[in-house]
Amino acid sequence: MTSTCVIETHALSKSYGRVEAVRGVSLSVKSHQITAFLGLNGAGKSTTIKMLLSMIRPSGGSGQVLGKSIDDAKDSVHLRGQVAYVSENKQLYGYMTVEQMIRFTRSFYSDWRVDIERRLLSTYELPLTRKVASLSKGMRTKLALLLAFARQPKLLILDEPSEGLDPLGIEQMLESLVAQCSEGTTIFFSSHQIPEAERVADQVCILHRGRLVLDSSLDDIRQSYRQLELVFLTVPEESSVRVAGVESIRTVGRQMRVVVSGNADLLIERAHDLHASSVEVTPVGLREVFMETVKGK
Amino acid sequence: MLFKLNPTTGLPLYLQLMQQIRHGVESGVLQHGDQLPGIRTLAEDLVVSPNTVAKAYSELEHEGLLEMRHGAGAFVSAKRNLAFQMSRVHQARGQARKLIGNFRDAGLDDDEIRRIFEVELLNPAEVLKRR
Repeated sequence: MTSTCVIETHALSKSYGRVEAVRGVSLSVKSHQITAFLGLNGAGKSTTIKMLLSMIRPSGGSGQVLGKSIDDAKDSVHLRGQVAYVSENKQLYGYMTVEQMIRFTRSFYSDWRVDIERRLLSTYELPLTRKVASLSKGMRTKLALLLAFARQPKLLILDEPSEGLDPLGIEQMLESLVAQCSEGTTIFFSSHQIPEAERVADQVCILHRGRLVLDSSLDDIRQSYRQLELVFLTVPEESSVRVAGVESIRTVGRQMRVVVSGNADLLIERAHDLHASSVEVTPVGLREVFMETVKGK
Repeated sequence: MLFKLNPTTGLPLYLQLMQQIRHGVESGVLQHGDQLPGIRTLAEDLVVSPNTVAKAYSELEHEGLLEMRHGAGAFVSAKRNLAFQMSRVHQARGQARKLIGNFRDAGLDDDEIRRIFEVELLNPAEVLKRR
């Protein structure tokens, strides 16, 4: 599988007056992968996405999407043809019916996938004759997803796609993401829902207070992050267990809880050298990794 | 074959899938010539990235346990190593039973024994060496 980058930014920044919403973000999103863009509310995810889509101008840094510069007006028109975007507020024409909205969108794209349109219409159970304005939040989201998926874009950017969906809706959305990735579309979706990212994503980027604090494959996270519960009869200095890879240490009485992003074997050895009376190793889920990254920095 | 992937066990999903397919072959659920679902079908079924399934299949093909036929999918190829694998697992089980017996005799309770195994199994050195 080729792994060229479809999104690449260097020190991308955006300030609103004195507020730095995005600070020096350098992203590289590989093609044919599903990348989850995680962060708390207000971390700068939507601002970053809007810069990638040339909807707002960066205050600093540069970026390329599908090889085209994001601050070139000519390129931006070209890009809009190849990049599908489902925004946070799912902007649709309220006065149209679902059917009209689909027909209207379809008219812009010569390679519209009728098969995907039909499949999603029936999976999402969208009412064709209802006015878009009268749809529930979940239905609007599903319609917006259908319009983006059926375009068969090279790159699909979704801002909080699960917002407003019920658990079944989320499952169907994730299934569509997976199917779309199989068709060769690169997917970049923002979310603050860890479990959905943990299942489908190949790569995880975590944005916190405008900074990219983690950019790693989920395979690497699963393989290298560990939590160690150490028990010492004589508790050593925290500095003596701070080997490379230690992310956090919490000492309570004779117990020490250490989270590492790698080198767990090194720490186990160190713990034995320090005469630990018990060493317990447990895997660390994406939720804990997220919390560690967000709380620590 | 039915698969079950757990995103929080600290084992990459593609490795879990590989293990389950291997186990399927060892236990006889999967037999020589059986066809596995296509990458896309299985990815949608498990709701995981298709890259996860592709990686598992390609590693198993490398091991010789799967044969990828272009356009037709993945087929189990277990003629040679099945008997060998089964005897290996059988042997290991016997050894584990003896070892656990020794631990119990030494006064360790099952929880402690389980923890000892877990620490060793979660030691990432082994995984890193295999890369």
